[in-house]
Amino acid sequence: MKKVFIGFLVLAVAVGLTFLVVRVTPKWEGVDDTVVGKYAEEAGRPARRAYIDTDRGDLLLFFFLIAGVAGGFVGGYCFRELFPPQKKDQA
Amino acid sequence: MKQKQLVYIYLLFMAFALPSTAQAMHISEGVLPPQWAALWFIVAFPFVAWGLRDLRIKSQRDPAFKLMVGLVGSAVFVISCMPIPVPTAGTCSHPCGTGMAAILIGPTLTVVVSSIALLLQALFLSHGGLTTLGGNILSMGIVGAFTGWAVFRITRKLGLPVWSAAFLCGVVSDWATYATTSFELASALHGTSSFLKMFAAIGASFMPTQIPLGIFEGVITAGIYQFIMPRRPEVVECLGVEKPQPVIESNKAEAVV
Repeated sequence: MKKVFIGFLVLAVAVGLTFLVVRVTPKWEGVDDTVVGKYAEEAGRPARRAYIDTDRGDLLLFFFLIAGVAGGFVGGYCFRELFPPQKKDQA
Repeated sequence: MKQKQLVYIYLLFMAFALPSTAQAMHISEGVLPPQWAALWFIVAFPFVAWGLRDLRIKSQRDPAFKLMVGLVGSAVFVISCMPIPVPTAGTCSHPCGTGMAAILIGPTLTVVVSSIALLLQALFLSHGGLTTLGGNILSMGIVGAFTGWAVFRITRKLGLPVWSAAFLCGVVSDWATYATTSFELASALHGTSSFLKMFAAIGASFMPTQIPLGIFEGVITAGIYQFIMPRRPEVVECLGVEKPQPVIESNKAEAVV
């Protein structure tokens, strides 16, 4: 019963937050634009483009896919060593 | 040895495994004038060297420690790239993860993993910048880690429960990081106007986003700590923050028999 209640609560919070994010109309810019960028431009030092600009088309998505698969595999492979099962007899 | 190599590969690949180029506390490329960028590199360098020395010593003592450092480094990378919309402000920002890392692996090693995370973000994600790397290491890696660690230690010594100490660690480390970013920006960009006035203005601009996000980071820190502590208690014990579990007398007797 408790688990059902917690599950329902988590679902309700997730739906509520999603509703807020979708319904509220701001652009959801990062604070680097709204704060850092604003003050940097006012001071005459706007941000320049990165020296290695990987944000081109779907190229980043491809790297994310490859890296996600490889990282997920290695993380799962080492999981038991990183997080051994909890010893219940210690309690 | 094979396990260690796998963790390094894991850390490297996780550097790319993110869906967008979120930007928040990171100072972007070209924003800081050269003399200020150089100054923050000089300030950050001894802390990075101290962290590398600690990593070598602790790894010699316990080779498995590097596994945890690799995992925490991945977590810091992911957390510090995770854009979170804040409805109260209508903007997005990210937590830092350095408070959590400082509890688990210590502040000096947190400086190392933060530096690696920030370098990879600057190189491959256009997040932050190479010239502003020193400033970003100072705000997120050094101030975030040491502040969070100090808060955790003090609150534990005052007798607060572990979860609330971890929560406060996350909150304060996040706010301290953004306060330092405000300081760096104000000191470099105030020009002929008042430094204090600009520092206060930048800090105030961060507040609507960072106050709720700092609380969120506190919740994340407490949650991760509560997950890891029962499974890897030795990680926190080796920092001297938590005392080892006392051996129960009946278990001792069984061991003798």
